[in-house]
Amino acid sequence: MASTVTLTVNGTTVTREVEERTLLVHFLRDILHLTGTHIGCDTSQCGACTVHVDGRSVKSCTMLAVQADGSTVTTIEGLAAPDGTLHPMQAAFREHHGLQCGFCTPGMVMSAVDLVRANPTPSETEIREGLEGNICRCTGYHNIVKAVMAGAEAMNGGTLKAAAE
Amino acid sequence: MANPNGIGAPVRRREDARFLTGRGSYTDDINRPNQTFAYMLRSPHAHADIISIDTADALVSPGVRHVFTGADMAADGVNSLPCGWLIHNKDGTPMKEPPHYPIARDRARYVGDIVAVVVAESREQAKDAAELIVVDYAERPAVASIRAALDGTAELVHDDVPGNVCYDWHLGDKAATDAAFARAAHVATIDLVNNRLVPNAMEPRAAIGEYDPANGEHTLTTTSQNPHVIRLLMGAFVLGIPEHKLRVVAPDVGGGFGSKIFHYGEEAIVTWAAKKVGRPVKWTAERGESFLSDAHGRDHISHAELAMDADGNFLGLRVKTDANMGAYLSTFSTSIPTYLYATLLAGQYKTPAIYAEVTAVFTNTAPVDAYRGAGRPEACFLIERLVDIAAQKLGMDPTALRRRNFIPKEAMPYLTPVALQYDTGDFAKNLDMALPMVDYAGFAARRAESAARGKLRGIGFATYIEACGIAPSNIAGALGARAGLYESAEVRFHPTGSVSVFTGSHSHGQGHETTFAQLVADRFGIPIENVDIIHGDTAKIPFGMGTYGSRSLAVGGSALVKAMDKVERKARKIAAHLMEAAETDIEVKDGRFTVAGTDKGVTIGDIALAAYVPHNFPLDELEPGLDEQAFYDPKNFTYPNGCHICEVEIDPDTGVTKILNFTAVDDFGRVINPLIVEGQVHGGIVQGIGQALYENCVYDEETGQLLTGSYMDYCMPRADDVPSFTVAYHEDAPCTHNPLGVKGCGEAGTIGAAAAVINAVVNALSDYGITHIDMPATPEKVWRVIHAHKPAMAAE
Repeated sequence: MASTVTLTVNGTTVTREVEERTLLVHFLRDILHLTGTHIGCDTSQCGACTVHVDGRSVKSCTMLAVQADGSTVTTIEGLAAPDGTLHPMQAAFREHHGLQCGFCTPGMVMSAVDLVRANPTPSETEIREGLEGNICRCTGYHNIVKAVMAGAEAMNGGTLKAAAE
Repeated sequence: MANPNGIGAPVRRREDARFLTGRGSYTDDINRPNQTFAYMLRSPHAHADIISIDTADALVSPGVRHVFTGADMAADGVNSLPCGWLIHNKDGTPMKEPPHYPIARDRARYVGDIVAVVVAESREQAKDAAELIVVDYAERPAVASIRAALDGTAELVHDDVPGNVCYDWHLGDKAATDAAFARAAHVATIDLVNNRLVPNAMEPRAAIGEYDPANGEHTLTTTSQNPHVIRLLMGAFVLGIPEHKLRVVAPDVGGGFGSKIFHYGEEAIVTWAAKKVGRPVKWTAERGESFLSDAHGRDHISHAELAMDADGNFLGLRVKTDANMGAYLSTFSTSIPTYLYATLLAGQYKTPAIYAEVTAVFTNTAPVDAYRGAGRPEACFLIERLVDIAAQKLGMDPTALRRRNFIPKEAMPYLTPVALQYDTGDFAKNLDMALPMVDYAGFAARRAESAARGKLRGIGFATYIEACGIAPSNIAGALGARAGLYESAEVRFHPTGSVSVFTGSHSHGQGHETTFAQLVADRFGIPIENVDIIHGDTAKIPFGMGTYGSRSLAVGGSALVKAMDKVERKARKIAAHLMEAAETDIEVKDGRFTVAGTDKGVTIGDIALAAYVPHNFPLDELEPGLDEQAFYDPKNFTYPNGCHICEVEIDPDTGVTKILNFTAVDDFGRVINPLIVEGQVHGGIVQGIGQALYENCVYDEETGQLLTGSYMDYCMPRADDVPSFTVAYHEDAPCTHNPLGVKGCGEAGTIGAAAAVINAVVNALSDYGITHIDMPATPEKVWRVIHAHKPAMAAE
């Protein structure tokens, strides 16, 4: 069984025929070749596949491509400015060494951006609770929390706080 | 002026640019033209004879191109996956080494053992077809645990392995240890389980096999920490492909923690199948497959005793450990509970006599091998728990007992009774630094304050030492290692002065592309932007052993220094020629070559240009070019060490343990990039906390089914489970035998943390008369322990 879906992904409108069982994450990775969105589990626990659907973070393994028909999707590839300037959250992750192997990172950054959208000045506890759905095995979360703090400030118009040296 | 991106600078990572923008290239991100997809059909039984496999329906399923079974591989002469370390029994006979075929042949030995492989046009078609394969199994009783395996009446996992014992090994002086116990005033004992863990790198394993009939070349792209090791093992031992016809690429790899060191059956399957199918074959594990088939970690049962004199001086340590190997021997499995475990049982203490016995057993569970720390966390946990029990028994402060028994820094280098020679270490200094950081003096007041709120507060210490950069090759070889343990590097200056560095080491999160570039920028005074670090492709890099055991900088970085030394030696000669000076008059500083006592000088860039455009060049003395390669074989392990302190608060009504503070003071020798080092410590600590409080891999004792086969069942530490950390380090005891003075930082966090956490939990529960709690100290377990001991308290 196949269906036709039309989505706006990272600013570009795409129309594709998909098997109805195709998950949004497979649509992004296998059909649009946007491989920045990763698959880390098969039970919607790890959050590596988090993208924004109509501005809200969604684990793209929990959504069928046909459910996303008509939606606007932003993936990690679409987060930076067109000129390549990193989104403040991306820049904060780099500044604060909030990533190591990089595999959970796209999902972590997308979740963090939505977390700050919903709560512009999160506390450490709120960040930790807000990122509970994203598993990182490398960083121990310490620097991710610092990065999200700094990223939130920068998203609110502040300057990006440097990592302590 | 010092290079702003040189040694010691917290350079922001260069690899992050691609990872943060979704431009990483992990194996599953790579697609080859005309590729097919493999699905591994795995045994649903822990132990069963394979009577027959009917693939007829699967073969005619839509999109299916091939279905392979163990018989197909046998017909092609595919061999067993090799084990990389031969252990000898106490009586000198070799360990049992039953075959481990990529696809099981007559019997499946764990849930997840591959029994057939479907290759189809799509992942979904392969998976659909696999459901149509009919395997007729004759189930056998499952041997699901160490205890079951060693029960004298147990079913045999391998018919030719009596008693399921792989080996029965020992280390140390039994007579001297027994004598120490005979004159002991006090003996502390412990029985403990080191819980089985699933490594859980966030990127599931994946592999793509390709074959080019035009030149007979095979390519395997795989999620590996060490592509040359895979090439050697798979090419020479399993598939019989000569190395010049086999390229192994490990592109961006999403974490390893040991689990991606090993040569797995799926790698051989896709490489072999690509030639059979005549098209690329890709396989990516689902997380459920990762749980079933990635090599697991830990899984020890131990009994240990510590003999002390009347003053608490350690006299002897006796350890008996049973270790689970799983159903087959994974690549380095046999070395973990032996040379990476028992050799660390001296810890930081001057215990004069140690005797350790290790029995390794086969079970119907996934293979067990190195997981972050690999033997050393098990050793640290055992010693540091035992020392706390000893302190409790003697009524001594746990820090005082540790201090009393520390090997003093003046005694370095120090030969332990378990065969290691520690080169440096200042254990008292670690503790001296850490205690004020946690306000140890104020702990009693904090404990009272918690008690006033009905909570139980505890503090726990782990003063760990570990061994990194396993070496030297000749000694390891004498102990049974079947590979070398050196590392390689090539420093290739280009004509206009930029540099490509090729390392046999591999980064899967550790930040080599930054740290290694810092070494080159620092040495030659060039901008870090002019240096690229290339790794992970056997077609590009010199033969190297990859990354595990915190070896990258200590071994791979040392190889890089050696290659830079060679570059500098040649550059010196070229500089002398260019400036018409004697070579002995050339001085080198920050990449500038000057003639002593003059203002004449050239840069390394000038020299590189002269080397590649040798118009004015000593051609009768030197070859053109500036491109040097080196191999470095370490003289000894390095010995990172430190003091980890954890403070917890337990709610006795719920059994929930909250970590209030975790502080780590470490000695990693010289630190190249403190930002990266601290990140390694943070991540390591959480893996240790995970083992101590959350993670546990459980097989059903009756059926051998994996009960913790997903993130719904296996509790991974999440952001809201852990606190932020306080970490510090000192550089006062650099490694004495490698050129950088570095020790390694990748595993230390994990090695120290679990013991510190459990010591804190036991300390919190000490009023209940509790001396030990097995990991993970889940709320349920803590609650049960509290309630089991409550009557005793009430009676007092």
